[in-house]
Amino acid sequence: MNELFWIFISALLINNFVLAYFLGLCPFLGVSGRLETALRLGLATLFVMLITALCAWLLNTYVLIHAPYLRLISFIVVIASTVQFIEMVIRKVSPGLFRALGIFLPLITTNCAILGLAIFATNRGYGLAEGLMYALGAGLGFTLALVLMAGLREESELAPVPRLLRGTALNLIIAGILSMAFMGFAGLFSTV
Amino acid sequence: MSKPRADAYQEFIKGLWRENPVFAQVLGMCPMLAVTNSAVNALAMGGATFFVLVASSLLVATLKRWIPRQVRISTYVIIIATFVTVTDYTLQALIPEIHKELGAFIPLIVANCLILGRQESFASRQPVRLALMDAAGMGAGFLFALLALGSVREVLGEGAWFGIDLFGPGFEPWVIMILPPGGFLTLGLLLLLFSWIAERRQRLAERLAELETQTR
Repeated sequence: MNELFWIFISALLINNFVLAYFLGLCPFLGVSGRLETALRLGLATLFVMLITALCAWLLNTYVLIHAPYLRLISFIVVIASTVQFIEMVIRKVSPGLFRALGIFLPLITTNCAILGLAIFATNRGYGLAEGLMYALGAGLGFTLALVLMAGLREESELAPVPRLLRGTALNLIIAGILSMAFMGFAGLFSTV
Repeated sequence: MSKPRADAYQEFIKGLWRENPVFAQVLGMCPMLAVTNSAVNALAMGGATFFVLVASSLLVATLKRWIPRQVRISTYVIIIATFVTVTDYTLQALIPEIHKELGAFIPLIVANCLILGRQESFASRQPVRLALMDAAGMGAGFLFALLALGSVREVLGEGAWFGIDLFGPGFEPWVIMILPPGGFLTLGLLLLLFSWIAERRQRLAERLAELETQTR
């Protein structure tokens, strides 16, 4: 149990996917303009990550033992088609949820954070429970980083910043400072 | 047939600076920031991406007539994933130490939006030769950007370049540069530098044009 908790905390804060591993930067820089969209995208990503963890575990346990060199291709294909399928199911079953997640579901499939999650979980030899916990932590960590970034960006819109610095350059520097703040969480481990 | 040659050259050269995938289009950021804590890693990552990009562009441009429109993206992804797997195993055999350090980021080349973007917007519409030049240009531009970022971070963060000590024992390394925040900060500043140079050049061109109209 303790082990699972540490996997969760580590993926959430210490090894935050965006700020420490640089995964999922495209949506992080592209969709963090507004707080509400950022939150929705984050939750949709969390959802896809949980599915991915399940798929990766199934593939690793039953298929890829026989053909490890197919790992990458099968991960991508299976994840993409599962997400597509679930998108259809959600549209049919719960239109409200579909509208909330909206166009983000298909976009997320190509997010490197998703593939990264599957690969990291495989490399560390996580079981099903550990994999799901890892996905939960990583997804919430992604949401956290995205929401923080969106808040900071909304503030920085109003700040008097030199014209050349506006846009991606400024966002990257903000992300750098945010990442520095998150490094403080690395101390969590040493207190145990 | 002299014009196509000039075109091919144009396709190659645009990726290096004017449409540089990193500085001008801000594509493919995820693998780029993660592995650029030293110049060697940056070189290995850039080389791997270059190979995957050129090989998949070649294949997509050759096969474009037979790829059905509805499943084109999945087809591209499978082609890219195949070449990435090849690269992954090759690097593991040739340079195991660097492969270990790059870790999961070699397989993640698959998710590099730069590569898929070139297939969708260029290789699937143009003849093979142009597609090849475009891919080589974009790959070289990406390699150049990775190397610039990796060099800055290694020189400041370790006081060395490609493992060669530069400043002697009196230099206190800026550890932050090889940690994640340094990646964000350096890329932010490099982007700033890029847009500053671009603006200077544009202003210069405008002034030249102005002078020309005056003298006429």
